[in-house]
Amino acid sequence: MDKKNIKEIEKEMKLANKGLSEKEKTLFSDARPKTVRPLNKYLEKFLNWARAESLWILGFGTGCGAIELRPLMTARYDMFRYGIAPRPTPRQSCVFVIGGYASMKTIKRIVRSYEQMQGPKFVIALGSCTINGGMYYDSYNTINRIDHYIPVDIYIAGCMPRPESLIAGFDKLKEKIKANECDGMNKYVENFDWYKKNQKRVIKDWNMPDYNW
Amino acid sequence: MDIMIKIFYAIISIIVATVYGLTLGGIVRKIYARAHGRFGPPVWQPFLDIIKTHGKRVSISHGIMFYLGPVFRFAGGLGTYLFIPVIFGSAIFSNFSIAGDLLLVMYFIFFGQLGMALGAGEGGHPYSPIGIARGLSQMTSFEVPFALSVIAIAIQYNTLNITTIVAAQQGGITNWTLFTNPLAVIAAMISLLGMNMHSPFSIVLAPQEIPIGPPIEMNSSFLATLQTNRGLFAAAKLVLFMNLYFGGATNLLIMVIKTFLIYMFSVFVGAAFPRFRPEQSMRFFLKWPTIIGIVAIIFIAYF
Repeated sequence: MDKKNIKEIEKEMKLANKGLSEKEKTLFSDARPKTVRPLNKYLEKFLNWARAESLWILGFGTGCGAIELRPLMTARYDMFRYGIAPRPTPRQSCVFVIGGYASMKTIKRIVRSYEQMQGPKFVIALGSCTINGGMYYDSYNTINRIDHYIPVDIYIAGCMPRPESLIAGFDKLKEKIKANECDGMNKYVENFDWYKKNQKRVIKDWNMPDYNW
Repeated sequence: MDIMIKIFYAIISIIVATVYGLTLGGIVRKIYARAHGRFGPPVWQPFLDIIKTHGKRVSISHGIMFYLGPVFRFAGGLGTYLFIPVIFGSAIFSNFSIAGDLLLVMYFIFFGQLGMALGAGEGGHPYSPIGIARGLSQMTSFEVPFALSVIAIAIQYNTLNITTIVAAQQGGITNWTLFTNPLAVIAAMISLLGMNMHSPFSIVLAPQEIPIGPPIEMNSSFLATLQTNRGLFAAAKLVLFMNLYFGGATNLLIMVIKTFLIYMFSVFVGAAFPRFRPEQSMRFFLKWPTIIGIVAIIFIAYF
């Protein structure tokens, strides 16, 4: 392969960032996300145990279901005893709880926050609206299936699910992490183009980079 | 060869202090939870959090200073700890206390914060300058009563060497600075409340809320370094206060008991009081503890 071809391929590998103005393009990265393979088997097993026992959720309520997150912090449900703690910034958190329906405006923020989280990252989709749209199935302003836009690890069905079922969902997530079945981060990278196509179909005012570091 | 043994001992001492500081953090979270009527996280939760944040597969950096921020912070914690004799008369836990004095330790307490401010500033998140402004202004205001109290002690013992200060307090509970110079101890203990950043003065580092403070952009291993430092730094501060005001320790058990009780002071205050706004906490530190500190200096110098 000659030099010109390699350059063209490299150019194709870069993200277009079409939503940004020429001035802004220099400020953002245009590299595609890369797959990160796990470490050796035993170290990964140990780390998975630590990841499962220390879940930091992103304190970002994306819908009405976020109201069910608040009681978890109180004395009645006390999620801290399971190693679950809220965290204010996507950079430090590892679980993203999608709280119910995601409107067109919210899905943009969900994508941005999800991409800013550092992997391995896990997603819990809460409520029926995230599975098939729920009572908003024919709404012009909400998306129906969240897993068309970001990979989801655990669904908690119900409208609304009680805090107990949220805790049960977290328990299930722990089991899955320990069994090394939660690889949403790499799934997102491998199917990056498909996810982007879906996201861009619903987000009309795309004024952010194609991948938010 | 002598220095190699000393370094080996210092490494043991650092590991013991870090583990102790992190365990203390876990116990304190448990105590807070019981005060709220909850069960709270397990005592070893801080260790799990550190392993998890180290075990992240990717991390984002914003530049050289962003790398150096947590390193400076950790160096501040290490420097504070390494120039304090942890156990009086012990070879393993005396660290490098002969090499430095109290002023150096006070400088190191401030150094980490300044390095962190530079590092967090490069993160570019709008909340981190807010956290830095709050942190540094609160830091400056609680340094005032602490510095006054240190001056009072320096006048009292006629030295700034921590080992000498500990040696002067040996031989009975009445020789402690707590009883020979109570006003200085009161001023310093109030400034300890700010230093530990528990509830009345916790607005700087309010985790689990929107402004987490300076480390808001820190992720993965950067955050893990900061968390490790939090354990070491907490232990270093408590040991410093034990040495200066509560007669030091002659063995590890006494060290653990004394530092635990000193820490409990700020935990009890923290569990009972709501939070101050930054300007309220600054006003508080520059008012009562400062007056007490000045009175302590006048009292020890002229009476």
